Amino acid sequence: MSSIELLTNKEYKYGFVTDIESDMIPRGLSEDTIRLISEKKNEPEFMLEFRLKAYRNWLKMEEPQHWPNISYPKVDYQDIIYYSAPKQKPTLASMDEVDPELIKTFEKLGIPLTEQKQLANVAVDAVFDSVSVATTYKEKLKKHGVIFCSFSEAVHEYPELIKKYLGTVVPTNDNYFAALNSAVFTDGSFVFIPKGVRCPMELSTYFRINNSESGQFERTLIIAEENSHVSYLEGCTAPKFDKNQLHAAVVELVALDDAEIKYSTVQNWYAGDEEGKGGIYNFVTKRGACRGRNSKISWTQVETGSAITWKYPSCILQGDNSIGEFYSVALTNHAQQADTGTKMIHIGKNTRSNIVSKGISAGKSNNSYRGLVKVLAGAEGARNYTQCDSLLIGDKCGANTFPYIEVSNNTAKVEHEATTSRISEEQLFYLRQRGISQEDAVSLIINGFCKDVFRELPMEFAVEAQRLLGMKLEGSVG
Amino acid sequence: MVQATTEKSSYRTAFDAMQSADEHALPAWVLRLRETAMERFEHIGFPTTDVEDWKYTNTGAIAKGAFAPVAAGAGEELSAGDVGAFLAPEASSRLVFVNGIYRAEFSATENLPAGVVVADFAEAFAGEHESVLRSYLARPSDPETDGFNALNAAFLREGALVYLPKGAQATRPIQLLFLSAPAAQAAAVFPRVLVVAERESAATIIESYASAAGESRSFTNAVVEVFVGENARVMHYKVQRESEAAFHIATTNAKLERSGVYDLTTITLGAQLSRHGIGVRLAHEGAECWVDGLYLVGTGQHADTHSLIDHSSPRCASHQLYKGILDGKSRAVFNGKVFVHRDAQQTDAQQSNKNLLLSNEARVDTKPQLEIYADDVKCAHGATVGQLEEEELFYLVSRGLHTDLARNLLTYGFAEELVEKIRIESIKQQLDEAILNRLHARLEV
Repeated sequence: MSSIELLTNKEYKYGFVTDIESDMIPRGLSEDTIRLISEKKNEPEFMLEFRLKAYRNWLKMEEPQHWPNISYPKVDYQDIIYYSAPKQKPTLASMDEVDPELIKTFEKLGIPLTEQKQLANVAVDAVFDSVSVATTYKEKLKKHGVIFCSFSEAVHEYPELIKKYLGTVVPTNDNYFAALNSAVFTDGSFVFIPKGVRCPMELSTYFRINNSESGQFERTLIIAEENSHVSYLEGCTAPKFDKNQLHAAVVELVALDDAEIKYSTVQNWYAGDEEGKGGIYNFVTKRGACRGRNSKISWTQVETGSAITWKYPSCILQGDNSIGEFYSVALTNHAQQADTGTKMIHIGKNTRSNIVSKGISAGKSNNSYRGLVKVLAGAEGARNYTQCDSLLIGDKCGANTFPYIEVSNNTAKVEHEATTSRISEEQLFYLRQRGISQEDAVSLIINGFCKDVFRELPMEFAVEAQRLLGMKLEGSVG
Repeated sequence: MVQATTEKSSYRTAFDAMQSADEHALPAWVLRLRETAMERFEHIGFPTTDVEDWKYTNTGAIAKGAFAPVAAGAGEELSAGDVGAFLAPEASSRLVFVNGIYRAEFSATENLPAGVVVADFAEAFAGEHESVLRSYLARPSDPETDGFNALNAAFLREGALVYLPKGAQATRPIQLLFLSAPAAQAAAVFPRVLVVAERESAATIIESYASAAGESRSFTNAVVEVFVGENARVMHYKVQRESEAAFHIATTNAKLERSGVYDLTTITLGAQLSRHGIGVRLAHEGAECWVDGLYLVGTGQHADTHSLIDHSSPRCASHQLYKGILDGKSRAVFNGKVFVHRDAQQTDAQQSNKNLLLSNEARVDTKPQLEIYADDVKCAHGATVGQLEEEELFYLVSRGLHTDLARNLLTYGFAEELVEKIRIESIKQQLDEAILNRLHARLEV
C-alpha cells in the first residue's frame, strides 16, 4: 500500500500507419529544397522570400541544446523529408473527392470528415503529413465572415492578410526551430475573425503524421479583429515508428481591441516505447500578441505525448488592460522529457496574467516547468499570479520548476507559488477504505489535481483529456 | 569570458610578489593551492552575464576597477575607538581585519571556553591547528567554482579559523569583523573564514563587513566555509554594510553532517554591487538548515543573492525566507535553487522570496527553482514582487496617520518578520536603525 509504482503503459492506440501513396521530395535541406516546396505549392514571390530569409537566419543559429532540461542525440536535418503529401490534389470541391483511405484514417482517429457524420458544432481542418486534406463547415463559417481554411489556400486567397500578419508575432529569426519552420513549413490552418463577430462554432485542426521519414512543419495563424471571439482546438497523433521524428510548428495569434482568442491543445504524439525508442520531438513555438486594448488570449494545453516536448506558449500583453492566461497539464511517463511553460510579457497598463501549471512525472521521465513573467517599466498596475504544482509518481522520475520573474515597475504585483509532492497516502487510504480500487483512486486524485486546467477546456476536449490521462497511467499503479 | 590581459596581469603581479614573500613563511601546500587557483582564475576570468548564474549581475566594473590586492599597511591610522563602533558588544571574542589584514590590537580571544580556537590564519598556519586548515582547505579545486572563488583561493593568506572540538559550547557569540579603510589605490581584499564545528558542539558566529570611512571604494571577495558536525549547531549572522561605493562578492558554503543544524541570517545594507552565493549541503540524515535574509537597497545599489540548498540525504529539512526592500533606482536579484537528490526521501524544503518595491525605478529579478528527483517529498517555494497594500494604507490613514508615516510603518512591518528572528540585540538595533534611516530619508524628500 505504501508504494505507488508504475508498471506498464497501455498501448498507444493511434500507432497505425495508413497505406497511401505519397508525393515526396528527396530528403535533405537546402535553398533548392525551399524553392521546390514553394514551387510545389505554387506560392507567390513574397512567400519564397520569407522562406529564404528564414533559412538564411537558421543557418546562422544554434540549436538550443544547452539551456533546456532535455537531452537527445543531434538531429540530422539533412535526413528529413521536408515535403510529403498524399497523392491527389488537395484542392477539393467537396468531401466526396477526398481519398476514402484518408477519410477512413481520420474516422479511425475519431475525426469524421464526411458531411453526414461531421461533429456537430466543430469545424475541422485535417492536416495529413505536410498538407491540409479537408476543412469542414467552410461554407457555414463564410456566411458569418469567418475565414477558416488551410494555410496554402489562404496564401492564394488572402495574400494581403498573410503579408500583413505572418511573422509579426514570431519573427523568422526568433529561435532555431521557428526559423526552420518559417523556411520549410508546408501547411497549417488560417483563421480570420472579422470585426464584431463571435465565431459560431469551435474551430479545430487535427494533425496526423503518417510518413516515417518526414517531419511535420505546420504553421497556424489566427487573427481576431476588434471585438471578436474565437475558440480553437488542436489535436495530434502519429504512428509508432522506431525513429524519432521532428515536429516543429509555429503558431501565431493576434488579438485586436476587445478581441478574445482561446487556444486549446491536446497533444498526444507518439511518445516512443518504454525504453524511449522512437517518438516525436515536439519543438514548438506558440505566441500570441494582445495588440488591442482589453484583448485576451488564453492558452490551455494537455501535453501527454511526444518523446520530448519543448514549448512555451506565450502572451505579449501590449494593449492596455489585456489579459494572458496559461493553463497546462503536462504528463510524462517512461522515458519522456518535457520542458514546457509560458512567457507573459507585460507591456501595457493594467495588464493581467494568470498561470496554472500542473506537472505529473512517472516512470523515469523528466518534467520541467520553465516560465518567464516580465513586467516592463511602463506596465503600470500589471498583475500576475502563477501556480505550479508537480506530482511525482515513483522515485525514478524528476520534477523541476524554473520560474523567471523580472519586474521593473513598482505598481506591479507578481506572485509565484510552487509545490512538489507525491500522491498523499491519506487521500489514497480514504478512497480505498470507501471501496474504490487503487487504480481508480489514483486516477481520481490525479484528475482532481488537474481540475483547474481541465475546466478551462471546451467540453468535448475535457472529457477526452481526462480519458487520455487515465489511459496513460492505466495499470501503472499498484 | 576571459578578461583583457592587462587586468589579469595586475592580479598576477601582486600574486607573484606574494608567493615569493611567503615562500618560506607558509607551508608548501598553501603555495601550491594558491598557484593552482591562480591558474584557474587566469583560465576562466571573471564571470560575464552570458553565464546563466550571472545573467542579472554585471561584474564588468570589478574587472575594470583597477583594484590592487593589499600586501600590508593601509588603515593604520585607525584607532580602537574607530573600530569600536563596529563591534558587537555581545561578542566576548573577536578577530578584526582591516583591508584584509589581521589586527591583533583590536582583537580579543582570551575569553574562549576550553578547547575552542579562534585564530587568524598566520597564527593557525604556524601552530598546532595547521592540520585542521590543511584537511579542510587543501582540497582539489572544484571545477564548478567561478572566477571569484578562484581568485579568493589564489590570494589565500589572511583569514579566520574557528575550531570547536567535540562537545565544545561557545555560549557567547564570536565576531569576525572585516573593515575596509581608504588606501592609496582602491583595495582588493580576500577574506577567508573556516568554521569547523565538531560533533555536539555549538557556536554563534557574527561575520561583519563595514567601511571604516565614508565612501571608500573597495572590492571585497570573501569565502566562508562552515562544517557542521553530527548534532552540532551553528548560528551564523552575516551583516554587510560596506560603503555604497564598495563591491562585495561573497560565498558562504556549509556542509551538514547527521542531525547537524545550521542557521544563517544575512543582512545586506551596503555596497554598490553585492553578490552573495550560498551553498548548503545537507549531507547526512536529519540535518536541518535555515537560510534567511534581508536586503535593503537604495539608489545606485545592486544586491544579488544566489543560493543552492542541496538535499543529498533523506529526512533533512530546509527553510528559507528572503525579503527585499528596494528604494530609488536600485536592483535586486534572487536566485534560490533547491535540489533534491534521488535518495533524499522525506525531504521537507520550503523557500520564500518576497520583494517590496518602494520606487518606480527599482527592479527585481527573482528565480526560485526546484529540481526534484525523489518522490516522497514536501517542497514548496513562493516568490512575490509588489508594493504596499492600498487597503492597509487606507486603514492607517483613516486612523489619522499621515500617509508617509503609514507607508513607513507598513514597510517596517514588512521587514519585521526577519528582524524579529535575530537573537543578537546589537544587530537588531543596527538593522532597525538602517530601516528607519532609509524611511526617514524618504520622509524628508
